[in-house]
Amino acid sequence: MGIGSPAPAPETSPGNAVGDMTGTRAASATSHGGGHATSTGLDTWKLGFWIFLGSETLFFGSLISTYMVYKHESIVGPHPPEVLNIPLTSISTFVLLMSSLAMVIALDAVQRGMRRSALFWIMAVVLLGGGFLGFQAYEFTHFYHVGLTLETNLFGSTFFILTGFHGAHVSVGVMWLLILWLDAWRGRLGPHNALRLEIAGLYWHFVDIVWIAIFTLIYLIE
Amino acid sequence: MATEPGGTASPSHGDTHEGGHATVGTYVLIGVILTIITAVEVAVFYIPALAGVLVPVLITLSATKFVIVVLFYMHLRYDHPIFSRVFFGPMMLALFVVISLILLFKYLPRFDPY
Repeated sequence: MGIGSPAPAPETSPGNAVGDMTGTRAASATSHGGGHATSTGLDTWKLGFWIFLGSETLFFGSLISTYMVYKHESIVGPHPPEVLNIPLTSISTFVLLMSSLAMVIALDAVQRGMRRSALFWIMAVVLLGGGFLGFQAYEFTHFYHVGLTLETNLFGSTFFILTGFHGAHVSVGVMWLLILWLDAWRGRLGPHNALRLEIAGLYWHFVDIVWIAIFTLIYLIE
Repeated sequence: MATEPGGTASPSHGDTHEGGHATVGTYVLIGVILTIITAVEVAVFYIPALAGVLVPVLITLSATKFVIVVLFYMHLRYDHPIFSRVFFGPMMLALFVVISLILLFKYLPRFDPY
C-alpha cells in the first residue's frame, strides 16, 4: 500500500479493543498483516520508532566523530594501543552479534505463539546482553587501574563517553527485554501483540549495529 | 515486491514464511556469516602484510555487517520502504557529518592567523 492510499478499516477483534492500549498498539499492525487506521496505513509506533532510530544515528555519529577528531591528540598517555584489548573485545562483539541472532529467533517464536521457546530466547538475549555489559565493566575497570579515566586525556574522555553511552543503551535494552520476558511468562505476550517485541528488537539490533561501527573505528583502526 | 496493509511487504522469495520475514534457518545462516566476517576483521588486523589496506578492508567488512543486520535482522528488506527512508536519511546525514569533521580537523590544512 502506498502512503497516499486509503487506510485500512480498523480491526474490531477483542485483542484490538478500544481502550486496551497495549493491545491496540501491538495488535493494530503487527508485521503479519494487522493494520489500523492511520493516514499512511502504517503502524505509528513502528514508524515513530524508526524515526527515533534515525535520530539516534545522528547522536552516535556526533560521538564517533568527536572521538575520531581527537584521536592521536592526547598529550599524555595511556594511548589506545597501550590499553585496548582486541581479543577480549572480539569476544564481546561476538556475544552481542549472537544476542541479535537470539533476538530474531525470539521474535519468530512469539509471532508463532511458541511460548516456551519465546521465553528461552528472550532470556538468552538478556543473558548475552548482560554478558556484553560484563565485558564492558571489566574493560572499564582495567582502564581505571592502568590510569585511564574520563579526565586523564582526550582519548579517555571521548572513549568513555562514546562506549559509556553505548553501554547505557545496552542496559536499557536488557531492562526492556526483562519486562517483556516477564510479560511472556505471565502469558501477556503472544502473536496478537508481537509488535511490542519487534520494536524492542529494532532497538536491540540498532545497539548491535552501533557496536559494529565502534568495534571497527575505535578498536581495529589505529 | 507487493505491499500489504500495515506496512508489510511480501517478497516472493523462498526463504520467508507468511508475513514476509526470513525463516529461523536464514537467521542462523546470517549469524554464521556475521561471525565469519567478524573473524576475518580480527584476522586482517593481525596480518602485518595487510597494514596498507587495513582501513578500506575493515570499513568494507564493517559496512557489510551493518547492511546485513539492517536488512535481515531489522527486516528492512521485507518492510515498507518508508522505514528505510526514515532510517537511512538521517544515517546518511550522520555519515556526512562524521566524514566532514574528520576531513576538516584531520586532513585539511589548519588555518593559522599568526
